[in-house]
Amino acid sequence: MNPHNADLPPKTRGLTAIAGAMSLIAVLLIVQIWLLSAALEAFLAGKHQTALPAAVFSGVMFLICFGLYLFVDRLDSDVRHSGEDR
Amino acid sequence: MIWPRRSSNEPLWKEEFSVRTADERYVTRRQLTKFLVLTSFGMFVGNLWILFRSIFYKVSSFPQQAVARLGEIPVGGVKLFTYPTKDDHCILVRTGENEHVSYSQKCTHLSCAVYYSRESNRLECPCHKGFFSVADGSVLQGPPTRPLPKIVLETRDGKLVAVDVKTS
Repeated sequence: MNPHNADLPPKTRGLTAIAGAMSLIAVLLIVQIWLLSAALEAFLAGKHQTALPAAVFSGVMFLICFGLYLFVDRLDSDVRHSGEDR
Repeated sequence: MIWPRRSSNEPLWKEEFSVRTADERYVTRRQLTKFLVLTSFGMFVGNLWILFRSIFYKVSSFPQQAVARLGEIPVGGVKLFTYPTKDDHCILVRTGENEHVSYSQKCTHLSCAVYYSRESNRLECPCHKGFFSVADGSVLQGPPTRPLPKIVLETRDGKLVAVDVKTS
């Protein structure tokens, strides 16, 4: 982390962290959309062995997204109610 | 595990409809994050549905149906029929003196009806210019990614009989 960031107000730092987490979630979501379309394509082509790994990886990515959401939610609550910037 | 929590004693509506612009920005970002995570859950459920369908996939047994008589169509000619149900349209092509091939007429891209082009000796989808090989139904060009389902034919008593559908 940049040492100069420590001088920033909590709201600005929180906003940066939330934006970073949101970007990660967006990237994971794009991968999940691709995974779903690829799995569906394979299923329709009669290749059923791809369904299990696709579902497992999709589940892992959802869990990461959910973890990032918890992080965002906690950070958001902390920053908004810290009172340092009011 | 850390669960979502509210860190103030203010009612929820006051938090969600803040009068401060900076606070409002936080709320909208959190809501967008929530929406994205919900979409991620939807993708996961979609993959689970495919897995469920794959596990409980049943190999269909297809009826045997006479689709044409030998010599009924000329070399290079086609005949349309339905198999295995009345809603499944198929195309039969006589590619040689004793050679017949048959495929589902439904394009694997967006289900337009494919037709046989005698000049280029291929099956063509007029909607998005998807071309399929008449030899094995594989994709030659265009947006389709899967080959056409092939109708397995057998010759019995001077008739061509459809007995199975192969999806790949």
